[in-house]
Amino acid sequence: MSQAMTPVVDLQRVSVRYGAQWALRDVSATFPSGAVGLLGPNGAGKSTMIKALLGLLAPDSGEMRVLGLDVRRSPLQIRGRIGYMPENDAHIPRMNAVTFVAYCGELCGLPPADAMQRAHEVLYYVGLGEARYRNIEQYSTGMKQRIKLAQALVHDPSLLFLDEPTNGMDPKGRDEMLELIRDIAHNKQINLILSSHLLPDVEYTCDHVVVLDKGGIATAGPIATLKGPSGRVFELRVKGVADQFLAAMSAAGLECHATDEDVMRVFVPDERGPRFLFTLAAQHNVQVRHLRASVPTLEDVFAKAVGEV
Amino acid sequence: MASLFQYRWFQILLLVSFGPFVVRAVQFYFASTNAQVAEFLAATPDTFREFLSQQGLFVFLVVIMQSGLIADDRRTNALQLYLSKPLTRVEYVLGKLVPPLAFVLGVTLVPALVLLILQIVFAGSVTFLRANLFLLPAITLYSLIQALLSACAILALSSLSKSRRFVAVMYAGIVFFTAAMYQVLRAITGSRKWAVISPGEMLDVIANGIFRSRVEPAVPVYVAIVVVLVIVGVALVILERRIRAVEVVA
Repeated sequence: MSQAMTPVVDLQRVSVRYGAQWALRDVSATFPSGAVGLLGPNGAGKSTMIKALLGLLAPDSGEMRVLGLDVRRSPLQIRGRIGYMPENDAHIPRMNAVTFVAYCGELCGLPPADAMQRAHEVLYYVGLGEARYRNIEQYSTGMKQRIKLAQALVHDPSLLFLDEPTNGMDPKGRDEMLELIRDIAHNKQINLILSSHLLPDVEYTCDHVVVLDKGGIATAGPIATLKGPSGRVFELRVKGVADQFLAAMSAAGLECHATDEDVMRVFVPDERGPRFLFTLAAQHNVQVRHLRASVPTLEDVFAKAVGEV
Repeated sequence: MASLFQYRWFQILLLVSFGPFVVRAVQFYFASTNAQVAEFLAATPDTFREFLSQQGLFVFLVVIMQSGLIADDRRTNALQLYLSKPLTRVEYVLGKLVPPLAFVLGVTLVPALVLLILQIVFAGSVTFLRANLFLLPAITLYSLIQALLSACAILALSSLSKSRRFVAVMYAGIVFFTAAMYQVLRAITGSRKWAVISPGEMLDVIANGIFRSRVEPAVPVYVAIVVVLVIVGVALVILERRIRAVEVVA
């Protein structure tokens, strides 16, 4: 099996519950190497899955493997090879950034001198180079997100778990964080699993996605594949007798769904193009009053997966 | 530990905690150089037992300053960071036990052993030590029991809250309230057996036993040992339940 095909995380029939509430129920999923988005509405079980994979939560049943290691048998080995950026604010009190990141490196097994050197490098990489001697408790929300990323990266992990990394960030900071994550995944060749409920974040940074809903897998696969075949969806409004026009579109192999009273969504394959719609309308004496491209997004995939459409 | 040393008041406290040590050292010096003084102030095993009792105040102060050890980590969510690294919960607790153990031993075991050495140096002979050879293990054992009890208690309390102040108040409350309750119950019932509710009294009983004191103990030494073991056990159970990366509110 090639490196690219080797799953970094594998879950088999995993169930986790809090009291009587099931957070994950019989979940089986495979996370390929590269950047994988873990999508789902709040309460879908994303954070629970990450914590179970880290060995912080014991599942009620099922098997989990991370980087080929059994989570139940080798939690410490796994934690030594992964980086975890938690969802909420987390830091060690009364430390400045460079001491904190270096200490995290030492906890992961780096010698003190190497940990300190890596801390400086990583803090520059995440954009905190100038603020590295400040106490973390004085940091803004955006800076706290960056320091969490830095401590997860300091020991050069094979796999990164990022739990809602853009939470609470302003638009500029969010864009910069997404750029960092994209760079980590695509240029630094570090596998990552990005848990988020923000679809654009996942779409921008990841190649694969696993959609969770109500503690189960709603859908999973490469984002490009899930978005469907290549082509474009158009919003179309016409004036005139539409029945024959609709029949002609169907006969021509165009997929057509009515959405509102007079607007329909038409899927036009790449080889046809929008001009074909005008030609067909002219042939059936129908006037095209509105034609707008509607690109299928991850949002469409997500909405379909969790049953919102 | 290093962060505590940054505070001037903590440095002053450690300095002041050596006050009784200096007084005892002066006492040993005069007792060894002046025969008349030696009649009143010569070193005895009780001198060391009393010295360790006097250090109780400093033990209380250095321990109460460790109230944020786990509480601060809970406040800043550092627990999930620690436990997401290759670190077990046992290792985390052992690491947190080090500062209170070190500071308590620093104000009890270290000065007491140095005092013993000073006594030998000032007297110019090992006669006293040879006659009281049990002092070496006695000082060590009692200091370790005191350090272990206080360290486990403050860690367990620290794991129960996110506020170091609340933890400090709880610790002080337990120490003073149990001592006061013992005195009240003793006055009402006339029985000294109520000492079992006061950890401080139990330490006294153990100290008297270890240092072979002739003072009649409030309860048998084995009872005091059982009480201390129960407190340490309860503290460990609390730590086992509270030191988790994920707090589940069912």
